[in-house]
Amino acid sequence: MRKYIINSLSLLSILAIVISCQNQETIDLQNYMSNGKDIYIARCQNCHGKNGEGLGELAPPLTDSIFLKTNKSRLACMIRNGANESLLISGKTYKEKMPAFPELADIDVAQVMVFITNSFGNNQGFVPYKEVSVQLQSCR
Amino acid sequence: MNKIVFSISVCLSAAVIFSSCQQDKKLPFYGERHAETVRDASGAEKIDTVYQTIPNWSFLNQDSVVTTNTVTDGKVYVADFFFTSCTTICPTMHRNLMTVYNDFKSNPDVMFISHTIDFKYDKPSALKKYARKLGVDGPKWQFLYGSKDSVYTLAEKNYLVAVGEDSTAKDGYIHQGYLVLIDKDRRIRGAYDGTKEDQVEQLKKDIPLLLAEYKK
Repeated sequence: MRKYIINSLSLLSILAIVISCQNQETIDLQNYMSNGKDIYIARCQNCHGKNGEGLGELAPPLTDSIFLKTNKSRLACMIRNGANESLLISGKTYKEKMPAFPELADIDVAQVMVFITNSFGNNQGFVPYKEVSVQLQSCR
Repeated sequence: MNKIVFSISVCLSAAVIFSSCQQDKKLPFYGERHAETVRDASGAEKIDTVYQTIPNWSFLNQDSVVTTNTVTDGKVYVADFFFTSCTTICPTMHRNLMTVYNDFKSNPDVMFISHTIDFKYDKPSALKKYARKLGVDGPKWQFLYGSKDSVYTLAEKNYLVAVGEDSTAKDGYIHQGYLVLIDKDRRIRGAYDGTKEDQVEQLKKDIPLLLAEYKK
């Protein structure tokens, strides 16, 4: 009987350790999400809104997951350099210019991009800073 | 025991007395004021306070129509200063002002006036495009274009909102994000930071209070 209790207790504690030990990517994701949120509030929210709802036809919403997914490799460049072309988002065409944010470092761009693509109903997972850095080097 | 009952009753009666001396809430007056001797209806002289008022103005609106202060006659209105290419506080201001606009859409006694401070780019056609994209149509919300001098003087001297050109600012202009509430006698009755949701909520509560002042 005693043996059983000791065994199950030790098993439980091992299980607890495994569960509490998150992998590095989850921790990174949480970091990016929290820093990305601060950047979003400071730079993006005035046009795109608290819940990514956009503003009339002046600023598109950030809730179109399909757009975000198909343009995934361009998002970083759009955040850094703005956009000056018409974009079809949520079935509507947006023609207003998006300003550039050249002051954002690669890591900032990565964090705010991860925040946007994992908020407002989007759930596209983690993109590491290194990958974003490569994308930013080949912006058109 | 008696003591406790006594103190409780004192407290209660004090509360009743204080709560009963509330007056009807009236909005404050902003700006310069001076005392003037006026004659009332019966001809008797008395001293009255005269408050700062918005002077006559004439600008082009989003439909390129000459628009003057007479459009605000008999209305309370909310005025602000912005420009269409502004990427900082203006989108937030107008997002919030949109909610006020929608709340009072069917009230003919309420109007909205936005002055652009970008005298170089924001011609009426640009204002029209902006208004349409924001989701505003019709004369209830006027977007006005005027010369730099006329708009900037009106902003700083009359609406008490700071505006200016600034080549170091990201979009070339700086300005305060106040939504200024003007009564039917063209006096300033409130100024609310259009970038703060709680102040915009206060504006929504204050407009009916101001309208109530004119109901007899």
